[in-house]
Amino acid sequence: MEIVLQLAVPLVVVVSLLLLGSTVGRSRERRHFAELDRREEANRGFVLTDLRTVPVGMAPGGAALVTGATVIAADYLKTFLSGFRMIFGGEMRSYTPMIERARREARLRMVEDARRMGALAVINVRFETSPIALNSGRNTAPMAEILCYGTALLPADR
Amino acid sequence: MIVVNTETIPGYEIVEVKGLVQGNTIRAKHLGRDITASLKNLVGGELTQYTELLTESRRQAVERMIQQAQQLGADAVVNVRFTTSSIAAGAAELYAYGTAVNLVRVPSPGVAQAASAPAEPPRGAGGVASAPPPPPVVG
Repeated sequence: MEIVLQLAVPLVVVVSLLLLGSTVGRSRERRHFAELDRREEANRGFVLTDLRTVPVGMAPGGAALVTGATVIAADYLKTFLSGFRMIFGGEMRSYTPMIERARREARLRMVEDARRMGALAVINVRFETSPIALNSGRNTAPMAEILCYGTALLPADR
Repeated sequence: MIVVNTETIPGYEIVEVKGLVQGNTIRAKHLGRDITASLKNLVGGELTQYTELLTESRRQAVERMIQQAQQLGADAVVNVRFTTSSIAAGAAELYAYGTAVNLVRVPSPGVAQAASAPAEPPRGAGGVASAPPPPPVVG
């Protein structure tokens, strides 16, 4: 009886912590998506392209490198549940929105950086995703850095 | 120093290629950050401290690349690329590389794109809007 209690107490603590963390994380994710929608709406007219040439009709006077980056991590519960997904394969639906919001955030940071400089557009936009090892990787959730960079076209009168 | 990731710089013409320049830095996170990060893993989401750390390190790599370009007497670095790689557990390498070039300012910004291709005959100042851009010149 005592042994069962000794095992059960830490287990309950761990599971409730995981559930609490995941719930908080989910609500923050929802809020972040709403914020992304709002900021993307504010930047709607801004020209963004992965073409390497200046858009037709634009006459910039200079250029500068702009970047935006985000490091994102999954929570422990997601990591644990995704272990089951690995058995059957298929889309990992818990990770897709995680990477998506990191990429949108990185892109918005780059755009906001460019607009602060008074840029006309950002061309040659590139995305890079790199997994980042925290410790030896056993007991941590997956982490990735998303980098978005491009060339901001500056107006001619500068 | 102008730094861009395109092959040409609008408003300028590349007159000389100085060569490949590069900058790198390998960063390890410290223990305090590691502990807060593993707490953050309970909730998931953005790890702001890591974002700052990597952004700061990347800036340093770019700074080193620019130093190399300055030693070569270059005006700008074009076609810049970034890579990030996990070297060891807890350490990441940030690497930036590009081509150092010398520039001259093109007088009329309206023909900047056309002027960057030397073979292209000069166009009228206003006649750029409908003209297709020439193929990019690889430095």
